[in-house]
Amino acid sequence: MKKTVFLGALTVAGLAAGASAAATLDDVKARGKLNCGVTTGLVGFAAPDANGVWEGFDVAVCRAVAAAVLGDGNAVEFVPTTGKTRFTALASGEIDMLARNTTWTFSRDTDLKFDFVGVNYYDGQGFLVPKSLGVSSAKELDGATVCIQTGTTTELNLADFFRANNISYEPVPIETNAEGQQQYLAGACDTYTTDASGLASTRAAFENPTDHVILPEIISKEPLGPLVRHGDNDWGDIVRWTFYALVAAEEMGITSANIGELSAAPGANPEINRILGTEGELGAMIGLDNEWAKRAISVGGNYGEIFEKNIGEKTPIGLARGLNAQWTQGGIMYAPPFR
Amino acid sequence: MTTMTDPPKASFQLSMLIYDTRYRSYTFQFIALVLLMLLLGYLGANLVSNLAAQGQNISFDFLSSPANYDINQRPIEYDSQSSHLRASVVGVINTLIVAFLGCATATVFGVTAGVLRLSPNWLVRKLMAFYVEIFRNIPVLIWILIIFTVMTAVMPAPNQFRGENPDASMLFDAFAFTNRGVYVPAPVWGPGSLVVVLTFLASVIGVFAYRRYATKLLYDTGRLLPMGWPSLVILFVPTVLIYFVLGQPISLAYPALKGFNFDGGLHIRGSLIALWFALAIYTGAFIAENVRAGIQAVSKGQTEAAASLGLRPKRIMNLVILPQALRVIIPPLISQYLNLTKNSSLAIAVGYMDVTGTLGGITLNQTGRAIECVLMLMLFYLTISLAISAIMNVYNNSIKLKER
Ligand SMILES: N[C@@H](CCC(=O)N[C@@H](CS)C(=O)NCC(=O)O)C(=O)O
Repeated sequence: MKKTVFLGALTVAGLAAGASAAATLDDVKARGKLNCGVTTGLVGFAAPDANGVWEGFDVAVCRAVAAAVLGDGNAVEFVPTTGKTRFTALASGEIDMLARNTTWTFSRDTDLKFDFVGVNYYDGQGFLVPKSLGVSSAKELDGATVCIQTGTTTELNLADFFRANNISYEPVPIETNAEGQQQYLAGACDTYTTDASGLASTRAAFENPTDHVILPEIISKEPLGPLVRHGDNDWGDIVRWTFYALVAAEEMGITSANIGELSAAPGANPEINRILGTEGELGAMIGLDNEWAKRAISVGGNYGEIFEKNIGEKTPIGLARGLNAQWTQGGIMYAPPFR
Repeated sequence: MTTMTDPPKASFQLSMLIYDTRYRSYTFQFIALVLLMLLLGYLGANLVSNLAAQGQNISFDFLSSPANYDINQRPIEYDSQSSHLRASVVGVINTLIVAFLGCATATVFGVTAGVLRLSPNWLVRKLMAFYVEIFRNIPVLIWILIIFTVMTAVMPAPNQFRGENPDASMLFDAFAFTNRGVYVPAPVWGPGSLVVVLTFLASVIGVFAYRRYATKLLYDTGRLLPMGWPSLVILFVPTVLIYFVLGQPISLAYPALKGFNFDGGLHIRGSLIALWFALAIYTGAFIAENVRAGIQAVSKGQTEAAASLGLRPKRIMNLVILPQALRVIIPPLISQYLNLTKNSSLAIAVGYMDVTGTLGGITLNQTGRAIECVLMLMLFYLTISLAISAIMNVYNNSIKLKER
């Protein structure tokens, strides 16, 4: 049961506290749609294509959850959020989960009362500069004007980095990536800083991407991952294990090409059987049917396929797997066992 | 002695609370008050219980912890290690700066346009009507963005001032117009500059005293003293003398290209300029209408009477029309000032760090203390609005028709 919440003017301020304390799963099922918070547009991670259909690396997580829970990867209402609005949107219940290049930090996990379900991209903060600026290290940026998205971890890292190196800068606060791109290209700031993946994606959208470089310094750890409200652990489990199903699928060799065949009948590998529901009762343990993971993987393929299709080396964004390779391939992507 | 006895004391009955007109209104007001308090109590309790359900509480402790973020426009000492409270104060001052600049400029625009709207010249009249309509009918946020975007797109970047044959150059080697804002020379206060400033302030007072004396002389004896040049002399000559006597204590620091940006001088950021001018021209359009209405509210007979006394048109405006028109203009002007101040909270659209940007933006976001921050914001805007209207009401009382 929902408690009626009426905060008067404060509701307008965007915080309808405790709209739904529990049973997000029931709400989503009753609604028939998953409300998923994404960026306002970051090519490769979350952006509408020419037909207005959202696609990207973060969008794929939303779709996988929708497929697991509702049986339809398209049953998602994408809610664009800025760095500033994302947490209010999640806390107020406007969205059921957030998949928006969001860094897992101590205070967000504890003080802000959210639960990060995992890390879908291990990242770090970088600096994008025009080649013509003639800068080869972030430490040479003394006195530079820096475009920075407000309400992010990157804004705090930036202050720390310049402080630690005893150099000064002029921050230009911006609200969305699109705004940052516009300011940067107009030369209103010398450098744009955010997660290196975001920089790669932003640069890919430039007219002349090769005129710009990402400086070698990575000044922070930015583990980006999907998150849910703290308190509804059942819902958190569903999102967490749907994500890990995608990761495990890559490790086990389940792809969108062979998933039909593998799920037709139990095979030789018991873990594949358990994931795909041909053996055991894993689905029931999280309140879903036994084919939840099969549906989730079928939408966009396994983690590796999603990576390659949206942000991988063959896309304009051209990110290497690096840390985000499977642990068996020298990376740190590691799904706990399905049993 | 008393010829009248006291009216018979009707014993008070409960039903009188409703049927007696003397008490009825109190009864209803009391009921309304109780209902209002119940409602507020319900809202408050609901808020607290819902926060508790989420495991949160209301606490202002975050204000004393380090803010950890930087602010570009810092009227007072501030760095990322300063507290959230200090960040809020920086924001408050930035709000006041843009509100003050905006109100002053809007008044100039508004009065000019309002008077010119009544000009006998067709072209001027129509131009002003065009100004009023175009600026009043497009949301101020759009104006802020237009000015800002045009500035960043059209003005040269600082590095275009560099090199043998730069694409852009400074005006008089003192002003640089860049897409990051305007750099102007800034005064450097050497030892002894206080004396110069005090002299100037004294001269300002002197000018007022002289004008007062001249007016009194005119009324008493009919002798007309010249106003223009003596005022200028009183205003500038002593200050300039002292300035040179003390060996030019005040100098100017000129902006110069250094590294990525101009250094030295005063940096008026693009965000401030965009916000300031957008608010000023937008609100100015409303003020223009108030001014026009105020002038038209003074009956035509006044102008004709003044003219028949032989007053020149400028004098008629200054001595007869405007003093009476002000009584009509001031009250709506107060609300325009209030609007401008509140509209300045759109600052974040161009990254101007006002109080909505620091306390209501970054601090709120980084600490997650939404309720506390929004409450403080509401309190701030309420206070500042009430203060503005209090000041303007004092002014209004001083110019209103003295009724004896
Ligand atoms: N990871 C950081 C920064 C996240 C962030 O804002 N990223 C930018 C660029 S990578 C973004 O997603 N922008 C998209 C938008 O403006 O909606 C955080 O969680 O605070």
